[in-house]
Amino acid sequence: MEWLQQLINGISLGSIYALIALGYTMVYGIIKLINFAHGEVFMVGSFLGFIAISVWDFGFFPALLFSMGACAVFGVLIERIAYKRLRNATRIAALITAIGVSLLIQNGVIYIRGAQLITYPEVFENKSFMLFGAQISTQAILILSVSIALMLILYIIVHKTKIGKAMRAVSHDAEAAKLMGINVDNTISATFAIGSALAGAAGVIFGVYYTKIDPLMGVIPGLKAFVAAVLGGIGIIPGAMVGGLLLGVVETTVNAMGFSLWRDAAAFIILILILIFKPEGIFGKNTREKV
Amino acid sequence: MKVTKLTGLFAASVLTVGLLSGCTGNDGASSGKDGDTIKIGLNLELTGPVASYGSSEAKGIELAIEEINKEGGVDGKKIEVVKVDNKSESAEATSAAIKLTTKDKVVAIIGAATSGNTVAQAQIANDNKTVLISPSGTSPTVTVTEKGKLNEFVFRTSFIDPFQGTVAANFAANELKVKNVAIYSDNASDYSKGLAASFKKDFEAAGGKVVLSESYVAKDSDFRSTLTRIKSANPEFIFIPGYYEEVGLIVKQAREMGIDVPLMGADGWDSPTLIDLAGKAALNNTFTTNHYSSEDPDGKIQEFNKKFAAKYDGKAPDSFNALGYDTVYLLADAIKRAGSVDSTKIKEALEKTKDLGLVTGLYSVDENHHPIKSATILEYKDGEQVFKTKVNP
Repeated sequence: MEWLQQLINGISLGSIYALIALGYTMVYGIIKLINFAHGEVFMVGSFLGFIAISVWDFGFFPALLFSMGACAVFGVLIERIAYKRLRNATRIAALITAIGVSLLIQNGVIYIRGAQLITYPEVFENKSFMLFGAQISTQAILILSVSIALMLILYIIVHKTKIGKAMRAVSHDAEAAKLMGINVDNTISATFAIGSALAGAAGVIFGVYYTKIDPLMGVIPGLKAFVAAVLGGIGIIPGAMVGGLLLGVVETTVNAMGFSLWRDAAAFIILILILIFKPEGIFGKNTREKV
Repeated sequence: MKVTKLTGLFAASVLTVGLLSGCTGNDGASSGKDGDTIKIGLNLELTGPVASYGSSEAKGIELAIEEINKEGGVDGKKIEVVKVDNKSESAEATSAAIKLTTKDKVVAIIGAATSGNTVAQAQIANDNKTVLISPSGTSPTVTVTEKGKLNEFVFRTSFIDPFQGTVAANFAANELKVKNVAIYSDNASDYSKGLAASFKKDFEAAGGKVVLSESYVAKDSDFRSTLTRIKSANPEFIFIPGYYEEVGLIVKQAREMGIDVPLMGADGWDSPTLIDLAGKAALNNTFTTNHYSSEDPDGKIQEFNKKFAAKYDGKAPDSFNALGYDTVYLLADAIKRAGSVDSTKIKEALEKTKDLGLVTGLYSVDENHHPIKSATILEYKDGEQVFKTKVNP
């Protein structure tokens, strides 16, 4: 049952992409900014989780919650310090700032602790069992269920709570939302907080699942998550989930067919194809940009 | 800055006094232009992805220099070290080499630990006629360029890649007696590709069959899909000539997926980080070719172990420690035989090195500056490297 095994591999990888892509897409949805520093929030989340587990002896779930909380604060700080004053500037200025913030965080972490990799501690025993001829590890199952749970919570926040309603309103039309008495600044901060918390969770999950973390670990997953967000339709939350999972499965399929060296290229070829043929993404509606 | 200026001033005044006293005497031989020290540059990976190789070598090098200086130095001259971190990047290695040759005017450069970072300095060493010795650059292209031209001033302490591939192939075919094998190599590294090629050639020559060759790219962390593919090909043995950063994850993920055949690699595996990444249990039934084992009963090795442990809190030296240590003695031997710190004479002396007794084995050099020396095979048992056997060229 090689294909089933590969499907499981793909979904595990994809769920991490999906968690990161959600943050990209939420921020884009609300202020039309591609937050390139998002991959670095993921990296910082991973390191915070590492500190929580190995220094303070936290279990997996407390470490996950700690990292999510700290990353939420971190995300809001980035937004308040770097992006808020650029809200009315050109989009390219904000984009360049985002790249700058990304480099600042990467090099800041390297400055503090050096560039060498570190090994994630084993937080729970990893067993594997056979299912329909495929080998599944308890770790993979836990990671999948945590990812799905987080996505469900996100869905509930966006659709059933007041802040979610405010987020949707600001995303739809910030000016009108302001007139209706919605505090736009707080809503944007909440979006950054939630998106960054998800990136922090992805960081801890990545660390536990792949063992190895380093200050540059956010770059490639960040770019892949960006591709996933565009694939699903940037700004659309279910799009990021589907885009992430799909990208994970596509990469694994490319590998499974024996083109392992084309795996990264496949992700970016998808990005190019999507941008040429369906720039609004799988879930996007075809809207014309107002001139 | 202040200190160096002061030292410079001091050196200058000593020189002046020397010259003056020379004037009064018959000759001024004691104050030659070379000074009283031999300046050696270290261009090593002290930070970055392969920092563990560079820092290990620095430890071995420092131990050797300390010993030599304690015994009065080489020909009465103490060795002085200028240490530069190349951050595991080839561009940094190049600029470090420029600094060492032109600004510090060192007699020789030791480093870098990886072949790529050494090749990045080769041109500068040749142009400035400064001897460059890589402790562990095992790619053939370190001393001979891809066009077949010899890098005159470049030498190395370790054996070359094809030799490790050959040793692994013979070990798999003759000792483990396997027939169908898979190769999983790093496509981003010449080191890995070189080893994979020589393994394939020699294993097929020994009558074996390579059922699948797969590649990954350095910095990957998800190998599960390719490993699934390898698993379905049912190899009896997998050759993984990569660096510890990825190999650790490959071994871990392979064992998780139920691939329990013997795995084998080369000296790129040698790092404590590998054990952290893969886990002790996963590393059982894996083998590496290496330059040296601290468990080798050989007398010279046991003596080195003792000295190393005395300096570094009782730690057992790894092969990078040993190669760093040997590199200093290789260079010191050449300077002694050259009787001068002139780089061209040191280079000529290095080319004539024959049967020099080093910790990592008897060392001779061939016309391509490739060492002729022995290799060791190690097995991992519960996270410990155990000496398996020694293979001579």
